[in-house]
Amino acid sequence: MPILDHDATVLRLDRVTLQLGGREVLREVSLDLRAGEFVGLIGANGAGKTTLLRVILGLLRPGSGTVEVLGRPLRRGNRAVGYVPQKQQLDPDTPLRGRDLVGLGIDGHRWGVPFPSAKRRARIEEALRAVDAAHYADAPVGRLSGGEQQRLLIAQALLAEPKILLLDEPLANLDIRSANEVVRLVARIGRERGVSVLLVAHDMNPLMEVMDTVVYLAEGRAAVGPVAEVVRTEVLSKLYGYPVDVLHVRGRILVLGGGEVLMGGHADHEVHAHG
Amino acid sequence: MADWVRQYLFSPDMFSNDQVTGALLAGGVVAAVSAVLGYFVVLRGLSFIGHAVTDIGFTGGAGASLLGLNALWGLATFCVAAALGVGALGNRARERDVATGVILALALGIGAMFLYINTRYVSAPFTLLFGSIFEVDPDTTRVMAWVGLLCLAVLAVLYRPLLFCSLAPETAEARGVPVRFISTVFLVCMAVAVAEAAQVVGVLLSTALLIGPPATAAYLVARPGLGIAIAAVAGVLETWLGIDLSYVSYNWPPSGKGWPVSFFITSLALGFYVVARLLRPAFRQRMGAAPTRIRAD
Repeated sequence: MPILDHDATVLRLDRVTLQLGGREVLREVSLDLRAGEFVGLIGANGAGKTTLLRVILGLLRPGSGTVEVLGRPLRRGNRAVGYVPQKQQLDPDTPLRGRDLVGLGIDGHRWGVPFPSAKRRARIEEALRAVDAAHYADAPVGRLSGGEQQRLLIAQALLAEPKILLLDEPLANLDIRSANEVVRLVARIGRERGVSVLLVAHDMNPLMEVMDTVVYLAEGRAAVGPVAEVVRTEVLSKLYGYPVDVLHVRGRILVLGGGEVLMGGHADHEVHAHG
Repeated sequence: MADWVRQYLFSPDMFSNDQVTGALLAGGVVAAVSAVLGYFVVLRGLSFIGHAVTDIGFTGGAGASLLGLNALWGLATFCVAAALGVGALGNRARERDVATGVILALALGIGAMFLYINTRYVSAPFTLLFGSIFEVDPDTTRVMAWVGLLCLAVLAVLYRPLLFCSLAPETAEARGVPVRFISTVFLVCMAVAVAEAAQVVGVLLSTALLIGPPATAAYLVARPGLGIAIAAVAGVLETWLGIDLSYVSYNWPPSGKGWPVSFFITSLALGFYVVARLLRPAFRQRMGAAPTRIRAD
């Protein structure tokens, strides 16, 4: 069990601004991610969530502002940053097992052919158990459900022993039960391994139990802090630049504005239901 | 050995024929290389690109033949150029396939014109389109074998990051894998492999060696190392059996004229594939590809 220094900042963004195609996608976004913290990165489509992730991964260079990972300037391929991309369903006939996909997390970036070893197998097994995927790890990966593939990708990311885990919309296309399971799983992993989690979602409601901090993105700007401080009518109205209302309805948080539900209305993990 | 076997199915004296031993050597290497590369071609959804690259190579082969040069070099040059072009188009599948389709049609048209005005070599069209492994000279055969082995070596170096890029491109990119570079090197290797395969089975059928064996293997096992090994063995067997049958087919009716190797290889490729499909349920169970239900907690 790692010893945690809860005040240690593992990721620091300082006034990051980025333009893409002449449009300002991120405006002065600042945030501190501390060791072991669970952060929800919340925003509608086009709010800049994926762009922000790509900046943290070093795949996009901000126009101004700085990004530091573990106190050092950012570079691409940093093993301290584990990444679980927004999943695409693999072809059902993909001729590989779940554990082959997971194993790439250990040495997929190295040249050459892998050498099977007891140690490698044990590490893969451990990661599979951590995400409760051991029982389907030998099935062809394309035949697994979206939620099952998601877990394998999390296991793959864990094998690089990251300090920060970035998950891009892991709850999209999952039914409520699977979504809750994934959230609890990620929170548990973060707690047990001292990994800070940055989870991207367009609805914060499934994260309420586990989220320490919310990063609410709108119009390229970010409001950062505990939910009770950030998700308030005054704060969000300022963020959006027009009046919005924050409603608490039967334990759910809704954000309304401009005649629309801006957040929490219909999460698309409720629309699709897998068997 | 029964006389009818010797006459119609397998004749040991083919091993004392230099053309046949050369064909077995070159064909074997080409089949193995094609199958190994083909595994990734199937995994990356590049079957169409693989076929298109050879068709564009056909124009190079026809051009070289028109100029009185060795068709293989024209073929290989155009295949590689086509692969680099496809690489430059990037990974957006739709756009890439459309652009490739248009260029492919143009290339085939130009190739047809080259063949039409080429009156020196009347057999050029047939050789290019359907292959003639027995007529490749020994020097070329040796070069083909070495180039094939070089392709395999490059692929061995690329293996893990290539698998990573094929399955999880975004994660691979985030981990610092040079995704674009690997994709381009892979396409060049594929171009070389199909150019060589075109010598054995011709431009039109070179995808039989590229796609057939990996598709067969994918039906049997769901693990990369073993799948690649099965694909390679299947490809080499198909090619060697094809060469053998083509050799003894001189004794088949209508006698006096051997049947083309390409016919046998493509038929065997289909045969292996069908058998794999039929065997699949039994095989999958034995190889543990089906989920083994062990609860983790």
